[in-house]
Amino acid sequence: MFSRKNLRPARNTRKKTKLKDGLWLKCESCGEILYRRELDQSCWICPKCNFHFRIGHRKYIELLLDEGGLEEVDKGLVPVDPLRFPKYKEKYRSSRKKTGMEEGIVSGRAVIQGIEVIFAATDFAFMGGSMGSVVGERVARAARLALAEHKPFVMLTASGGGARMQEGIFSLMQMPKTSAEVALLKQAHIPYINILTHPTMAGVMASFASLGDVIIAEPGALLGFTGPRVIEQTIGEKLPPGFQRSEFLLEHGFVDIVCSRRDLRETVARILSLLAEPHKEPSTQT
Amino acid sequence: MAEFLLDFEKPIVELEKRIEALKGLEGVDSEIAKLQKQAEKLRRKVYSRLTRWQIVQLARHPRRPYTLDLIPYLFTDFTELHGDRGFADDPAIVAGIARFRGRSLALVGHQKGHDTKERIRRNFGMPHPEGYRKALRIYKLAEKFGMPVINFVDTPGADPGVGAEERGQSEAIARNLQEIAILRTPILVIVTGEGGSGGALAIGIGDRIYMLEYSFYSTISPEGCASILWRDSAKAPQAAEALKFTSRDNLDHGVIDGVIPEPSGGAHRDWQHTAKFIADQIAQALAELEGLSHEELIAKRIEKFRKVGKFKTIR
Repeated sequence: MFSRKNLRPARNTRKKTKLKDGLWLKCESCGEILYRRELDQSCWICPKCNFHFRIGHRKYIELLLDEGGLEEVDKGLVPVDPLRFPKYKEKYRSSRKKTGMEEGIVSGRAVIQGIEVIFAATDFAFMGGSMGSVVGERVARAARLALAEHKPFVMLTASGGGARMQEGIFSLMQMPKTSAEVALLKQAHIPYINILTHPTMAGVMASFASLGDVIIAEPGALLGFTGPRVIEQTIGEKLPPGFQRSEFLLEHGFVDIVCSRRDLRETVARILSLLAEPHKEPSTQT
Repeated sequence: MAEFLLDFEKPIVELEKRIEALKGLEGVDSEIAKLQKQAEKLRRKVYSRLTRWQIVQLARHPRRPYTLDLIPYLFTDFTELHGDRGFADDPAIVAGIARFRGRSLALVGHQKGHDTKERIRRNFGMPHPEGYRKALRIYKLAEKFGMPVINFVDTPGADPGVGAEERGQSEAIARNLQEIAILRTPILVIVTGEGGSGGALAIGIGDRIYMLEYSFYSTISPEGCASILWRDSAKAPQAAEALKFTSRDNLDHGVIDGVIPEPSGGAHRDWQHTAKFIADQIAQALAELEGLSHEELIAKRIEKFRKVGKFKTIR
């Protein structure tokens, strides 16, 4: 069912990132001074403490997808300001300028180690990767495209804010909307894989990001529903280290695999090839 | 319990008390009539221009009818069912089966308490994951036995604690959303008070969503929104205006199917009539939905979810 288009291993097409902030930087976790170019070549993982630096969707496309990257679909969807919410327009404009993105998500067709997939990624850099109407719509459409084309759906998330407050109830209702599309995908026996990166919280975590047939998390990512600061305020004490991190979710049974960024591509490809094996023919069972 | 009055209720209730005091006295009929007219005029004036914050206060009124208060007026043979079969029974969500105008159905609803002890026992109506999982168990039971589901939503939100995270609050909410989308039986939602974000949503979507007149349904509490926007939760009244989340707002947004009127002065003043208005809405909705096949029902439901969202296409 999932055709192999390209059996050659992808060439390393990593471009050099601009060294605009200087050649060296400090690891946010262990404080080690790191050479930026070296870090870029090692998937932005600290060689000393394994800390995974936050990277944007462009870097993930480079790391995960075969040559050719993402053939983007559903471009040109932009939010309106349905509630005329204080400062939403300004916030949107500055995010757009800062990131060069139209919204906090990219989606489209891609190939992962020769397996054709539908791939989507939210990006924390754009308003915290929060889900408004556009993000919800594009996740829903991506799931529908996967269904129409009988391709697995690989969904990567970096969404700190969950449902985007500035769009009020419209954001909240993207949760049932995206979850419904996932339900249809599952009925059709099409693999749905989540890759959870730092952070994936609240309305995103409590909808399409928690529904994968297989859920993979990067090490140390903050994953949960209520933000840790709110919990600390509520219970009046500090949370233990590691609370709501990937390893904590693994221990409690809510993610399948904690996987280094270095091994993500191989892991996703292996899982997809295993899941695809018994279903040579697309199942139409509903 | 002690009387609890909101500021804007006080002048109306004072007039009503004066009327009550006069009743039974000789030769005061014209005086009573005059006061009644005055009270009615004042009530209309106050309630026709409630701010969104005042509506929040009505939705949170400690005498507002909760799920277990409404059930005796709405249903017969109510049989409460407990537990998620995995971890515990969540007192913040009640569930069960009952009869409504001759047909059996399933019920799920948030439950708050009217006194301190009960409030604590019910965790202020804030569910834990086992609450959503209990709800899902009842949904599946309803599907199996061909019973429609009625949900009553009134929660400040999901429990913001350690245990809820350990037991997978996100997964529990997400799974409900996924399963509700394809459940092969009609699902109605009635927001009776606070529709607080994910904690509401997990039992707050279906084929029809109605809201009591003085309720709200929101992606974030006004206090939470105010502390993010202005770093000051005391600015909740302004946040309530910005969020536009009342029953009328959500009807205007096209997100809900109808507004259920409340008795004069609000649901807390008259539980019985509140229940009557809810019952009429349930009957009407069931009549609309019962003719549909499961396939039609699910197709329409998913279409309904798909339509929600506002954006534009450039290029």
